[in-house]
Amino acid sequence: MQLVGQPIRKKDAMALVQGKPVFTDDLAPKDCLVVKVLRSPHANAMVKNIKTDIAKRVPGIEDIYTWEDVPQQRFTMAGQTYPEPSPYDRLILDRHVRYVGDPVAIVAGANEECVEQALRMIKVEYEVLPAILDFRKAKDNELLVHPEDTWKSLCPVGADNKRNLCACESSDHGDVDQVLADCDVVVEETYHTLANQQAMMETFRTVCYMDTYGRLNVFSSTQIVFHARRILSNALGIPKSKIRVMKPRIGGGFGAKQTVVAEIFPAFVTWKTGKASKMIFTREESQTASSPRHEMEVSVKIGADKDGRIRAIDVYTLSNTGAYGEHGPTTVGLSGHKSIPLYGSLEAHRFAYDVVYTNTMSAGAYRGYGATQGIFAVESAVNELAGRLGMDPVELRLKNMVREGQTMPAYYGETAKSCALDRCLLRAKEMIGWDEKFPCRDMGNGKVRSVGVSMAMQGSGISGVDVGSATIKLNEDGIYTLMIGAADMGTGCDTILAQMAAECLDCQMENIIVSGADTDTSPYDSGSYASSTTYVTGKAVEKACEKLQIKICERAAEMLSCTVDKIEFDGHRAKNLENGETVTLQEIGTSSMCGNECALQVTETHSSPFSPPPFMAGMVEIELDKETGHVEILDYVAVVDCGTVINPNLARVQTEGGIVQGIGMALYENIQYSDKGQMLNQSFMQYKLPTRLDMGKLRVEFEESHEPTGPFGAKSIGEIVINTPAPALAHAIANATGIWFRELPITSEKIAMGIARK
Amino acid sequence: MQISVMLNGKKVTEEIKPDLLLIDFVRNHGCYSVKRGCETSNCGLCTVFLDEKPVLSCSVLAARADGHAVQTLEGLQEEAAEFGAFIADQGAEQCGFCNPGMIMNAIALFRENPDPTDDEIREYLAGNLCRCSGYEGQLRGIRAFIEYKKQGGAVCS
Repeated sequence: MQLVGQPIRKKDAMALVQGKPVFTDDLAPKDCLVVKVLRSPHANAMVKNIKTDIAKRVPGIEDIYTWEDVPQQRFTMAGQTYPEPSPYDRLILDRHVRYVGDPVAIVAGANEECVEQALRMIKVEYEVLPAILDFRKAKDNELLVHPEDTWKSLCPVGADNKRNLCACESSDHGDVDQVLADCDVVVEETYHTLANQQAMMETFRTVCYMDTYGRLNVFSSTQIVFHARRILSNALGIPKSKIRVMKPRIGGGFGAKQTVVAEIFPAFVTWKTGKASKMIFTREESQTASSPRHEMEVSVKIGADKDGRIRAIDVYTLSNTGAYGEHGPTTVGLSGHKSIPLYGSLEAHRFAYDVVYTNTMSAGAYRGYGATQGIFAVESAVNELAGRLGMDPVELRLKNMVREGQTMPAYYGETAKSCALDRCLLRAKEMIGWDEKFPCRDMGNGKVRSVGVSMAMQGSGISGVDVGSATIKLNEDGIYTLMIGAADMGTGCDTILAQMAAECLDCQMENIIVSGADTDTSPYDSGSYASSTTYVTGKAVEKACEKLQIKICERAAEMLSCTVDKIEFDGHRAKNLENGETVTLQEIGTSSMCGNECALQVTETHSSPFSPPPFMAGMVEIELDKETGHVEILDYVAVVDCGTVINPNLARVQTEGGIVQGIGMALYENIQYSDKGQMLNQSFMQYKLPTRLDMGKLRVEFEESHEPTGPFGAKSIGEIVINTPAPALAHAIANATGIWFRELPITSEKIAMGIARK
Repeated sequence: MQISVMLNGKKVTEEIKPDLLLIDFVRNHGCYSVKRGCETSNCGLCTVFLDEKPVLSCSVLAARADGHAVQTLEGLQEEAAEFGAFIADQGAEQCGFCNPGMIMNAIALFRENPDPTDDEIREYLAGNLCRCSGYEGQLRGIRAFIEYKKQGGAVCS
């Protein structure tokens, strides 16, 4: 292969490093209205009275909207394929406010100053209600987060608003209780992860304007242009055909922008006023009123024989979806379905869950999407099991891990057609020097060095649901345009999809123009989430290019007056094998624009009945200060099986970035609520992202497998990479201190206090 | 109040409100490379040069720049392209939103210390957050650029 597998520079790289104006706010019309919302100071309250008359008199204010001004049909902001599993539980503005930060009024004005001033002059009288802040007390509580009868669930996910349930389910394979009762050793523990923020550097933002045809144009930092169009149609009560959604460059997504967080407010303002408007979230809003990871408490029972054969895993997850149900019914599934199948020879498993509403910020999609939480729990439990068995945790895994060709009952019954997990683990072990370093070494200066391990898996798209499409066309100068509805959010999918196209069409990267995403011009794509783009959209690109090449040959045959089977096309030139006459690609492109009835353009759509898991192993070496509890990461090694690596640079940086996010989740990124339900970590002062001083040395390698259903044998890479740090670090910390920390983040304070109490 | 600023080599004289921040002043003048990431001086995205010293423009009043020179990446396009190519060759620019601030600060580092150690690089750029790259690719790019400069800028990566 010429281009697939090459470390090719991202197509937009030079524009980005030179700071060109390519992001949403850079491209906003200069005179557009500024939109902001007034947010509830209470975790649960009814708006009894709201006075906006004085605020409306602030010079420059265009209008102010309250719950009385918005459509009354409920919708979800979750960017998912219709019918969405997330319940329809939102209004644009609701009289019933359900968390500190819930919007109460929309203010639009000429500039930020007048809007800020008007926000301060709106008088709201609230009837403050008791709130449910502890998600362990939510199910069947007499207080209801969504008592309203207009609440609606479209899918059979076990949702019941009269029980504060956003979803519940139980599935099993074999008799778990019986197998566990028969095991020599059973580890039973509960693990708790918090509602981490994606904290992409570009906060949520959207610009809206009306076009020549009276249609609402929405220009937004989003991963999901097509879902956004449907959600806006549902929310505003206007036809989808009246809405166009486009995305420019996106300043990071990580799933945050798989929810329509900012779009609805400026869209409502522009639709009402006919004027262009924009909404730019502050960092505080992005921290306190957005779409973070679901807080989960995962209880694991894992049973094994004394020789280390893992026989059964039982997982129960309690997930906190917050005030609204975005991604609530779906994230939770991954906590079991993408943790239990790491172990290939289980006699039985069970996985049950409840997803509950509380009066905290609504959760959403964040890289890993529930798998991160489940893998922290299951991999920690496996490490604890190794301790109880007195076995090396790497040996225990080698004995029990899923292998290529095995069926995975907990993973929708799919077979692991491509799996190099064994090679990943062995290579990671070699890279870090596991045998010399496990479990720990006392350095004699109050510091201990130790190691920890974890495995991980994810999916590649949502099987049988996600749709990826590609349109490829030949232009007159022999250059192709590739149109996609997938969203490059910095990951480089524009580039890797162009690599695939160039590989199929035997041309240079420069000869592929990538265009997207725009609901008016892009072919339909579910969007970039669920680790789908490389695997699903990539296959659509492959299919479209193959068909276009046939059409090019047909056109060439016409030009060279021969049958198509006599044409040989090398990507640049088509040759009539009978007489050696040739035409160039440029000539073919030009000829297609004169007296031609066959479009040199193909659109192909792809969806897969499978979601082949990528696999990986992560190992960390830390130095822990026994006095202060400080953890310094010395070395992090990661070996990933994402099938064929399409672009080794981009795959490596995905891995490194995911690991550092995972380190933040494991050690620093805290979410704390006051007893009134205010989220306290509302800025980067209180929510500590890892800096380049915090991540130690990262080393990434790939162990390729070949996924037969993927484009060029590829699987996904985007999400799996965040899953190993939390369990590997918890393991290393336990090896250094003898204490198991089962709640994230494992801060220095917790470690120091734990050591002091011991 | 009226201020007069040398913005990327051009004199700009303007009537401003006293509480206008430097970040909004430069963005109002088309310097869109300057991004707002946090509002609390934690992220480094809004880094500009004030008389050739890197400052966080979200924490500096435009009035402070009166009579001074301000440079943004718009005024350093050649340096940005020369150094940025090494970040691009690692794929470490990723979403690109934090790049201008990091590249401004990296240029400041190279001017102060043309041959920094890895620890000096990490320390100097510690205030430049990046959520995509995990920093390691940026470090590889910086190292490659330093090596290229040591070779007289003649060797391509």
